[in-house]
Amino acid sequence: MKIQVSCFATLSKYNPPDGYLEVEDGATPAHILDKLSIPRDEVKIVFVNGQNSGKEVVLKENDRVGIFPAIGGG
Amino acid sequence: MARILRVNTRNKKVTNEELTGDYAGLGGRGLTSRVVRKEVSPTCHPLSSQNKLVVASGLLTGTNAANTGRLSVGGKSPLTGTIKESNAGGTFSQKLAKLDIMGIILEDKPEPNAHFQTLFINKDGAKFLEIPEIAGLGTYDASARLFEQFGSKVGIMVIGPAGENTRLASSIQFTDPKGNPSRAAGRGGLGALMGSKKIKAIVIDSEGAKAPEVADKEAFKAAAKRWAEILVNHPVTGQGLPSFGTSILINIINEAGTLPTKNFRDGRFDKAADISGEKMVEFINQRKGVAKEGCHAGCVIQCSQKYCDEKGEYLTSGFEYETVWAFGSNLLISNMDHIAMLDRLCDDLGLDTIETGTTVAMAMEAGIIPWGDGQAAIDLLKKIYDPKDYLGAIIGNGTSFTAEAFGVDRVPVVKKQSLPAYDPRAAKGVGVTYATTPMGADHTAGYAICQNILKVGGDIDPLGKEGNIEVSKNLQIATAAVDATGFCLFVAFAVLDTDDALDTIARLISARFGINFTADDIGKTGIEILKDEYSFNRDAGFTLAHDQLPDFFINEELPPHKVKWDFTAEEMQKAKVEI
Repeated sequence: MKIQVSCFATLSKYNPPDGYLEVEDGATPAHILDKLSIPRDEVKIVFVNGQNSGKEVVLKENDRVGIFPAIGGG
Repeated sequence: MARILRVNTRNKKVTNEELTGDYAGLGGRGLTSRVVRKEVSPTCHPLSSQNKLVVASGLLTGTNAANTGRLSVGGKSPLTGTIKESNAGGTFSQKLAKLDIMGIILEDKPEPNAHFQTLFINKDGAKFLEIPEIAGLGTYDASARLFEQFGSKVGIMVIGPAGENTRLASSIQFTDPKGNPSRAAGRGGLGALMGSKKIKAIVIDSEGAKAPEVADKEAFKAAAKRWAEILVNHPVTGQGLPSFGTSILINIINEAGTLPTKNFRDGRFDKAADISGEKMVEFINQRKGVAKEGCHAGCVIQCSQKYCDEKGEYLTSGFEYETVWAFGSNLLISNMDHIAMLDRLCDDLGLDTIETGTTVAMAMEAGIIPWGDGQAAIDLLKKIYDPKDYLGAIIGNGTSFTAEAFGVDRVPVVKKQSLPAYDPRAAKGVGVTYATTPMGADHTAGYAICQNILKVGGDIDPLGKEGNIEVSKNLQIATAAVDATGFCLFVAFAVLDTDDALDTIARLISARFGINFTADDIGKTGIEILKDEYSFNRDAGFTLAHDQLPDFFINEELPPHKVKWDFTAEEMQKAKVEI
């Protein structure tokens, strides 16, 4: 199934070429981090459809996954 | 011993007072709010002779502890009618501290036809000067002229045409280490208060002054070393903010569905990537700008920048996330250069960028200019230079005033101060802060975005109710305390995640003054400040009914999470320190 994946800030170099990733049914954000070879210690926040659902939630077709390092501002 | 400089703007008398009695041991927001509470009638007109403008450096300002150069500016807000503390960077605060001045109080008011004055302060005292050439000038030209006269090493606090004409959205601008007046005490219309006192600028020269000594040098040195480590080692203050500036937030707040778009109609902007921190840094690097700058000496976070136009000429600095949002997704403008020019105009006119962005949204709601039209927004702001331009006068008076002028009913304000860059429906902790802080809608007063979105200092669901009142209350107390020290608020990202951070701050304060200040005293400091502020507001006529967001947040669902605002004002009283 197809998942929309965006990596931001210092992680943008890991972005999949067209912003989408093909994964197997039952895949989780953790699988996506592995598939893109993103070091776990560089990842602070993973959103699924704009919510902090954790790295182990089972993804659905066309889910939107956002991957971030530690971020602050204001 | 640290002193207060009391300046009568009518008879031009300046007196020095010791910090004793009610003011003993206070600094920053602790001092500004105490002076306003004790000396300003809560029901006075904010532009009357009864109001006072109070400027204070922090308890640790002037020391070599990292990130301690911030300044508090207080008074009764012309915009909100509440008490106000607005916090700014720039070089002014450290020079004040070097002269051993903890605070300046501008009081009384000259006759209506009096000319604008410049107050010059150095080691020999303070004097009033009339410099007719800077009257009516933008802050860039005015400060350039003042540097010419007083030398490049002075610090300048200056208002622009907006403040001179007592517009309610006006800011007070401060020069940064490079001499640009791009640092602002933005919120609450304090530029109008300074304008009402007929003070165009305060120039501070600390040359030849002997800085006050730290009481226990060895202990201070050890604590300052640990303090710098805490900031440099945290990924937000050590890496994220220096690399991309505060606009690093655009993408994550958009992804979280809480980036206010088209005057708070949507939580996502389809062109967010075009106005992101990543994009800003790309432009800065292409145009030979500077991606990392500090707003004051001793800053290790370096979240500021030099942003150049397409020709590589300096356009603006201190170009913040809040500003990019206010003129960007809030107005559907995605041209970064237009947004940068709007930031420059605000700094030059002396206007709060948040308040002005939301004001332009009112003009767009009313059809005065089209949504998304950056050039039209630029042309609109330029009208504010002309004191006789009626449209400029309306826009310069902020969101609530402009909405009333044009009959707009979608007005994102609390206590007449506009909401900043997080939709409260999908970031409920900061929504509680907007509704309950004594300042009117203000994200900095209790920045629960940390726990709601950024997972710093905890993890609280931004869409639900649980834990959001408690986190807002705790942050409001902690923030008030931080604002008393002279620390940049961004130290909080590291403090919230580091076990010995509060103890380290307590050690710094103890060693600075030779007292026994504990981590518990930090919380007590915050509570005392909030008591002064809430009691002032109560006596100014503010009630439970003022502690709520506008109706449309309660009635309309915010996409994409389809959430409404669902806290009652009664529930939110628990976020307030009891008076």
